[in-house]
Amino acid sequence: MKREFDSAKKLYTLSLLVKDIPGVVSQVSRLFSRKGYNIESIASGASKEPGVTRITIVIRGDELMIDQIAAQCRKLLPVIAVKVLDNESSIQREFALIKVKAKDLNTRSEIIQIADIFRANVIDVSRQTLTVAVFGGSDKTTAILDLLKEFGILEVVRTGTIAIERGRSTIYDETKLKEEYNYGKNVL
Amino acid sequence: MTGAQALIESLKRAGVEHIFGYAGATICPTVDVLAQTPEIGYTLVRTEQNAGHMASGYYRVTGKVGVCMVTSGPGATNLLTGIATAYLDSIPMVAITGQVPSHLLGRDIFQEIDVTGAVAPFSKHSYLVKDANDIPRIVAEAFHIASTGRPGPVLIDLPIDVQNQKLKSYAYPEEVSIRSYKPSVRGNDLQIKRVVSAIESAKHPVIYAGGGIFLANAQQELLELAERTNIPVVTTMMGLSLLPTHHPLNLGMIGAFGNVAANKALAKSDLLVMIGSRVADRAILSPEEVQRRMTIIHIDVDPAEIGKNMRAEIPVVGDVKSILHQILERIQPRSGDEWLEHFQARRKEELSRPFPVKEGYVFPGSLMRKLGAKLQYNAAVCVDVGQNQIWACKHLTMDGPRFLTSGGLGTMGYSLPAAVGVKVAQPGRQTVVICGDGSFQMSFNELAAIAHAQLDIKIVLIQNSVLGLVRQIQDTPTYPAGPFGVALDGSPDFTAIAAAYGIPSRVIGDESEIDGALEELLHQPGARLLICRTDPKATTND
Repeated sequence: MKREFDSAKKLYTLSLLVKDIPGVVSQVSRLFSRKGYNIESIASGASKEPGVTRITIVIRGDELMIDQIAAQCRKLLPVIAVKVLDNESSIQREFALIKVKAKDLNTRSEIIQIADIFRANVIDVSRQTLTVAVFGGSDKTTAILDLLKEFGILEVVRTGTIAIERGRSTIYDETKLKEEYNYGKNVL
Repeated sequence: MTGAQALIESLKRAGVEHIFGYAGATICPTVDVLAQTPEIGYTLVRTEQNAGHMASGYYRVTGKVGVCMVTSGPGATNLLTGIATAYLDSIPMVAITGQVPSHLLGRDIFQEIDVTGAVAPFSKHSYLVKDANDIPRIVAEAFHIASTGRPGPVLIDLPIDVQNQKLKSYAYPEEVSIRSYKPSVRGNDLQIKRVVSAIESAKHPVIYAGGGIFLANAQQELLELAERTNIPVVTTMMGLSLLPTHHPLNLGMIGAFGNVAANKALAKSDLLVMIGSRVADRAILSPEEVQRRMTIIHIDVDPAEIGKNMRAEIPVVGDVKSILHQILERIQPRSGDEWLEHFQARRKEELSRPFPVKEGYVFPGSLMRKLGAKLQYNAAVCVDVGQNQIWACKHLTMDGPRFLTSGGLGTMGYSLPAAVGVKVAQPGRQTVVICGDGSFQMSFNELAAIAHAQLDIKIVLIQNSVLGLVRQIQDTPTYPAGPFGVALDGSPDFTAIAAAYGIPSRVIGDESEIDGALEELLHQPGARLLICRTDPKATTND
């Protein structure tokens, strides 16, 4: 009868739909720090509706902790919906800008080759630097960063992961409109 | 109509009859309207924190959301402890704070503080009003949010220019609908079936009742469930007085400072039916141990409480009263057994055990037992924090009276202002304060409110001249230096303090005086103070 929780620590993606009122992002992030959870990345932007913001938070923890933090997020008044997205049924992407030292022709062409392999774009060139824009999963950013390290990285800017579910499922399935809390499905 | 007028009008529409507050420059426009509104009563506190406690006491006996109103800056920061106290006990409250003009926000001008920022970790919600036209909607939402779901304090921060702003038109919303706020009411039917079958198949179930039952006003349903199934009830501190002390199924309070029968029964049970409780450490020290040993049903209105401190096999989320009704629709009668009788016998023993007697002192246990026996059926007993609280929890017999204390935050100085809130709401209700000499000195300035409104509040002061509970903690091997900074040297003559407010008092220091002194305290009209000299070395374990 006991629900078994996965106690291994891994990355989880939390998707939130919140009312776009002043201080809402700080309200959400403050909740994480108050409860002692570390945010790996946070990305916030407009959603399909005016006045509603979509926040994507990546966090490391076990399943029990994720359940608890999702429940705590739902308690915040401006939060309309919270969904924990798993890696299999959702697509996760981030965008990163990387400025690398490139003093000579050889280095430059080497970096451009690496960028090509990762399907990244070179978006700025100077005599001393190259700036690469890479788009993909966060592991892809990590991989290209690893390769570019040897040339000397001057600056990195990452948007943080955003995620969307595959297929018909959307975050709108999880809004708080129902008057009855459905515990039937997750404790069977 | 100005913002201030709109606010007061909206409070009237929300059913507000009384405000506890402290005026100041930035709230003056609203105070000015209040002065012309005889329908709403007003109590001036002596420090803003107590406005929160008064609003808390007011709610806890009436079920009506208490309102406090203070000025910006220090008024607001002083109120924070009152709001936090309410939050940790899930007490609904609407707190209104004045604020500096909105175009000067963020400039750190005189008496400006970001109160909505400060209050975020311990309030249910807060509003910083930027446009007076929003006031009717915000007030309606604030009362709705504070009083529904898991109740809690809501703050409305009102810049002075918004109070003076003219509204285009005024309309108080008939109904409140917030897209992102829909608390569950009914329990999931499948889960209810599981609850019923778990209870029916359990050998030694125990009901673990918390303050959420008071909040849901489900005392009657709890009693019915316990009596029909003959399941013993243990309570948390916030659940004290849910059942009469002498009810055969009431085994008392659990926890580090709880009753023996309650703790033993809990340890030996195979099914725990937790209702309206969050399993804080003072109640259950090692939740891992408990969840390993027994099956747990957790009924609560707040889904975030499920699994927060203890994992439950059968969680049910919704309004406790509705859920208990759903359970009562299905559950079959069950008879008591030897197991139960064993704990009932232990409970009886505990309730009649003799207390130590020491010359020149009153032992608080005997005092509590005798006081309990003399209280009127529906008395309200406001108990402070410290040894006085533990003695009251363990030994005060309450076969009808309501017990009020700050269980979650443990705020010293709660009892006296809470009693003011009770008495303002229900002047006819017998109201007793139990406090220590430490806690009394944190809020005796409110004797002014008592004297001014001639409130008939009976104060029992346990005087041991020490912060006894802290001393108990320091008096362990953990702290090699021993008790420090806990002797209340320099305390005033409390009879003189009372006399200065025109309140009669009496000092006793012998067991033989208890009966007579209590009779006098409870039956002479008007506010009175009874000071009971207690051995500074007495502990809550004696």
